[in-house]
Amino acid sequence: MTPNNSDITISCEAVVQLQNLCKSYFLGHSELPVLKGINLDFHRGEYVSIMGPSGSGKSTLLNLLGCLDRPTDGKYLLGGLDISEMDDDTLSGIRGKQIGFIFQSFNLIPQLNIIENIEVSLYYQQVHKVQRRKRAEELAERVGLGDRTKHRPSELSGGQQQRVAIARALANDPLILLADEPTGNLDSKSGREILGMLDELHAGGKTIIVVTHDPKVASRTQRSIHMLDGRIERQTLNGARQ
Amino acid sequence: MISLTQLTSVVQVSLRSLWLHRMRSILTMLGIIFGVSSVIAMLAIGEGASQQAQAQIAHLGSTNLILKTVKPPQQTANDTTQQSIAIYGLTYDDAERFRVTIPDAQVVVQSKIISHKAYYRNRILAIELVGTVAWYPELAPVELDRGRFLSSSDLHYNESVCVIDRNTADNLFLIDDPIDMDIKIAGNYYRVVGIVSETRVQSNEDMLETRANSAPDTTSAGGRVYIPITTMKTRFGETSIQFGGTTGLVGEKVELSEITVRVPTIERVLPTQDVLDGILKRFHKQQDYQIVVPLELLRQAIRTKRIFSIVLGSIAAISLLVGGIGIMNIMLATVSERTREIGIRRALGAKKQDIVFQFLSETLLLTLTGGLLGMVLGALIPIAVTYFGSMPTVITTQAMLLSFGISAGVGLTFGLYPAVKAANMDPIESLRHE
Repeated sequence: MTPNNSDITISCEAVVQLQNLCKSYFLGHSELPVLKGINLDFHRGEYVSIMGPSGSGKSTLLNLLGCLDRPTDGKYLLGGLDISEMDDDTLSGIRGKQIGFIFQSFNLIPQLNIIENIEVSLYYQQVHKVQRRKRAEELAERVGLGDRTKHRPSELSGGQQQRVAIARALANDPLILLADEPTGNLDSKSGREILGMLDELHAGGKTIIVVTHDPKVASRTQRSIHMLDGRIERQTLNGARQ
Repeated sequence: MISLTQLTSVVQVSLRSLWLHRMRSILTMLGIIFGVSSVIAMLAIGEGASQQAQAQIAHLGSTNLILKTVKPPQQTANDTTQQSIAIYGLTYDDAERFRVTIPDAQVVVQSKIISHKAYYRNRILAIELVGTVAWYPELAPVELDRGRFLSSSDLHYNESVCVIDRNTADNLFLIDDPIDMDIKIAGNYYRVVGIVSETRVQSNEDMLETRANSAPDTTSAGGRVYIPITTMKTRFGETSIQFGGTTGLVGEKVELSEITVRVPTIERVLPTQDVLDGILKRFHKQQDYQIVVPLELLRQAIRTKRIFSIVLGSIAAISLLVGGIGIMNIMLATVSERTREIGIRRALGAKKQDIVFQFLSETLLLTLTGGLLGMVLGALIPIAVTYFGSMPTVITTQAMLLSFGISAGVGLTFGLYPAVKAANMDPIESLRHE
């Protein structure tokens, strides 16, 4: 979809490979390990949920998966490329092209309208203005907000804002979608809509990773990873869903 | 590094966020507006004053040396009582000596000036009576309007003729035609043969002797009447008695009030000054003369202007600095206010340089807009000064370019730190920021 989407060529079935991934924070001289050796594979087109209590390290894992942070030790291969060795600018590029973020609090830019919010990541990939606008309009249409493109985020309901966020995450046709509690700030009706939309995307072949507390959300995914104390406690397959 | 389309969208985004905080943007801009306008206004006023001064000095003639009779410093009480008549000043002998010593001095003009009253019919006017030579107009800032100037035969035969200036013509004769009329000065009649207009701007004396010297300015109050110096010598002698002083009457004997010497080239001016000074020192017991060198004054004026510019420039630079700090302050506030937005943009693929560029472009837009408005205001202030304060001002392109460059420089300097700070924020932290 995007002209220069070829930095990562998918060399294996596993889109994401985590090998003994460790992350520690340093407070003065004391080391505070948050992730203690994570080994995980996510496959192309998989719909996975990551669960666990606060402090279990799932947010840190999500930040690492989203290339917002670098591991202290171990390897993170995204589409076969080692992320842990990359410099800041390359990481920015990877985030823009290969990763779609969906946040709990939507994180739309308040002074931009809907179309412009969707365009942001395209803009940083230097997609031409005309193509950018065309793509953003398509996506707005796709999430059912084709008639609201000139509105500001503050003029939309929470569910609508999250739909804009999903459209934005899809703009560059990323390798993986990362959703952090996507329904956490929504009422149950809007939440169901959003989850329905994620199901649709999954059905369309997207790799989706959801971090959630909500077992109902987790139950819709194919596989749930339960974390505790920076380690993977167990994994369950939710094969019995509809 | 960045394409044109990207640039336009960066500018659009910047404009929008500036527009979102209109009041803040305008207040921030004020610092730059005043800074830039004060730079331009100060330079314009300084340049105007300097050009006026230089024009006035140049008018005296840059190759001229003007020797003036000055009253020597008051002598001790003993001397004054013994000497009832004070003899001082330049003499005809001095003029002769200059002519002999410096053969290539083009013209030597001698003149003597005394204050008097002129009568025509029932009108009286206070005038300066100037005894001078036929070639006076070649050196002095006067221009013949009508009739003729004094001739060498006038001088030779001690004719009772006079040339009056425009002021005298207007105030003494009103609507009458002065040519061939007679005016009475000190009991003698003089026929008017010509009218001159003084091309001097305001009064040169103001320029040369500073305004602190508040001697009554007879030039502007009355007029000037030129008569042959030979006539003056026979009619008035060289002694004048005036009331005043401690003894009641003060006598003065002055032969010449002024001698003007012109040398062929500018390089000769300063050596000639030394020669003249040497001659005068040998024959004058007291310091009763003054040598005015327009060239030297010109150099002084240029030096003064430089100092003036430095002082004004420093003041303006300080105001720009204050404006710049104001901008930096606001930009730092903006950055911390928009931490979350920065986090979002970083998560969506913005590189550090994209963030730097975005904030820098906001600061630059602020300062350049402020700079342009400041240029407009800075051009208006000198116009107002000229209009209301009747002071000449000159707005130079250099000043315009300089101040625009400065505002761009201020934008870059003070915008860089907040922008880099924004770019270096941890995206995870910024995303969590409320």
